[in-house]
Parts: sequence; C-alpha cells; structure tokens
Amino acid sequence: MIEVNNVSKRFLITKSLDNCSIKLETGKIIGIIGENGSGKTTLLKLLSGLLRPSSGDVLIDSEKVTRRISSKLAYLTDADYYFPYFTIEELIRYYESQFADFDTEKALQIIDFMKLKLEQKIKYLSKGNRNRLKIAVTLSRNAPYILLDEPFSGLDPLVRKAILKGMIQFVDLSTQTVLITTHEIKEVEPILDEVVLLRDGRVLVKQSVEEIREAYGLDIVSWMEKVYEKGDI
Amino acid sequence: MVNFNPNEPIYLQLMNRIIGEIVRGQRKAGEKLPSVREYAVDVGVNVNTIQRVYRELEYEAIVETKRGQGTFVTSNSERLETLRDDKKREIVHHFMKNMQEMGYNKEEMVMSIKLQGDEE
Repeated sequence: MIEVNNVSKRFLITKSLDNCSIKLETGKIIGIIGENGSGKTTLLKLLSGLLRPSSGDVLIDSEKVTRRISSKLAYLTDADYYFPYFTIEELIRYYESQFADFDTEKALQIIDFMKLKLEQKIKYLSKGNRNRLKIAVTLSRNAPYILLDEPFSGLDPLVRKAILKGMIQFVDLSTQTVLITTHEIKEVEPILDEVVLLRDGRVLVKQSVEEIREAYGLDIVSWMEKVYEKGDI
Repeated sequence: MVNFNPNEPIYLQLMNRIIGEIVRGQRKAGEKLPSVREYAVDVGVNVNTIQRVYRELEYEAIVETKRGQGTFVTSNSERLETLRDDKKREIVHHFMKNMQEMGYNKEEMVMSIKLQGDEE
C-alpha cells in the first residue's frame, strides 16, 4: 500500500504539493490526473524517492520512502534522453545488471511485442520506438510498483495503442500496482481502476472509474471538468 | 480495441456484448471464452474489469468457470432460452419507450409491426 500523509513540497517559494494525504491500494492501475502544474509529477517523484517532502511523510508498504525504494519500484521518466550509445540488447544487459527483479525473458517478449529489434542502436530509434523501448524495459521488471510519468505524451496513436496493449499484456495485477500520470485521459480510461484528481497541489478526490460512470453517468474528462467547476463533487 | 459508451460502466457494456454474441449464436453453448488476459488485450481494458465481467456473468449463470480450464458459455439450454427471452424483452421495451415518446399508442405499435413486418 502507498500512503501519503500530510505531504507538502516546496520549491523555493512555490508550493508544488500542499498538505496532500492519500492512500492507494495495491493490485490496481491508478491514473493521476489534473491540469498542468497540479503536482502530478512531483507526487510521482516523491513516491519514487527522487524528491523528499518538505513536510509530511510518504510510506510504501509501511516503510518510509528513500532512494532505496527503487528496488521495488520501477519508474518511467518523461525525460527524452535515454542511453543513446547502447543497442537495445546492451540496454537489456545493463538493466539486468542493475535490477535484481529484471526479467530478461519477459523483456525479450515485450521487445518482440513492440516490434523492436535487439541489434538496433538507441540513438537511431524514432521517438515512438524509443518510447516503446522505455516502456518495455520498465515493464520487464517484476517490481511491485510501476510508476509511469506521461508515458503517452507526444506519441502518435499507434505507439499509444501499443503501449496500452503492452501494459494490459505484461503487467500482473495480482502482484503489481501501476500509477500513471497522463493528459491522454480518454485513451487510458478503459485500463484504469481508479483516478486521483489533483489541483493546485492538492488531492481533490480519489474515485473508482466504474463508480464515476455508474454514479454520474460521465466519463472521466467530463467528470473532471465538473469537479473543477464546482471545486468539489 | 472497443469504443465504449462514456456514461455506462465498462463491465456492463462488456457483459452486454458477450450476451449479445451468445444470443446471436456467435458464441455457442459450452464454448470456451478467451482467457481473462486475452480478452483484456483484445478489447483494450484492464484485466480487473474482465475478471469482474466473467464473475458477474457467472453469478447470472450465463457462463461457468471450470478450475484450471477456463470460462465457458453455459450448456444449460433453459438458461440460454431465458437469456434469449430477456434480450427480446429488453429490445421490445426499448422500442416501446421510443414509440411512446413519439406519441404512438400500443395499437399503433402492434399494427405498424404487422404491416411493416409483412412488407420487409
């Protein structure tokens, strides 16, 4: 379980997260949504130990998060720079050497699923293929927590679809939990169990996607607009 | 991948989809359904959602899960017959509601089905 207790994060004078509290159960795919600057990426970085809270605490499986959490948490960054001098095969060997939970057989399956070739050099990959590769190596870790920061941004519909299908195929929700930040809500909605809606560094609400459809007769985007309008549900 | 209606839970839409396939005869009595993961990848939804779809269909005795073998359309012909009836009632209900909204009464509905049914 992920627990965020009264967490604030300040950068100089700007507050990126403001007294956030939230509990997330395991075995689900959870979307972290909200407008630009609402604190989505900061939240993921705090969960992965890349940032430390200014106040409050972040617990994963009842343990306080430090940089060591990376042993049970796979983090996909939205940064574009990615081991340009490696071939795909070398990248896989590298990941294998870095992460005890890296599943090489699974990696080869996902590489094949994504129609990538082992001998390809990363610096010559198209942007779409580079992102397919990033997802492939991230999902190849049998880590209990997978955090994906904007996995779809700037990618064409075919790549987005391949990534979505790859997630359905290769994530094992009986042992894994996935958190995704995204603006591509419509596309991701069918694979989400829950959404966490942020605004101005605060958690407005956490709710099950099917409950939102059932209770309000709305998809997530329309629901989000409503919540933003009223400031509440 | 399937396009879902935004204002109804996805699991209900998928239940209806499978029920429709059974009633149309595209899925036969006793036939094996895809595994949860296969079906999830195929329609592009979360594995948990498909698990719920199969669970609810099983609860309604439309499918049966056999341990270690998978999920199958029921071979109970009575249940399949009531399923077919239920679907018919649902469609007729929908038709009547539309006609009522337009201001047609029941006699007009029956007459129009008889006349147009002969024509088409």
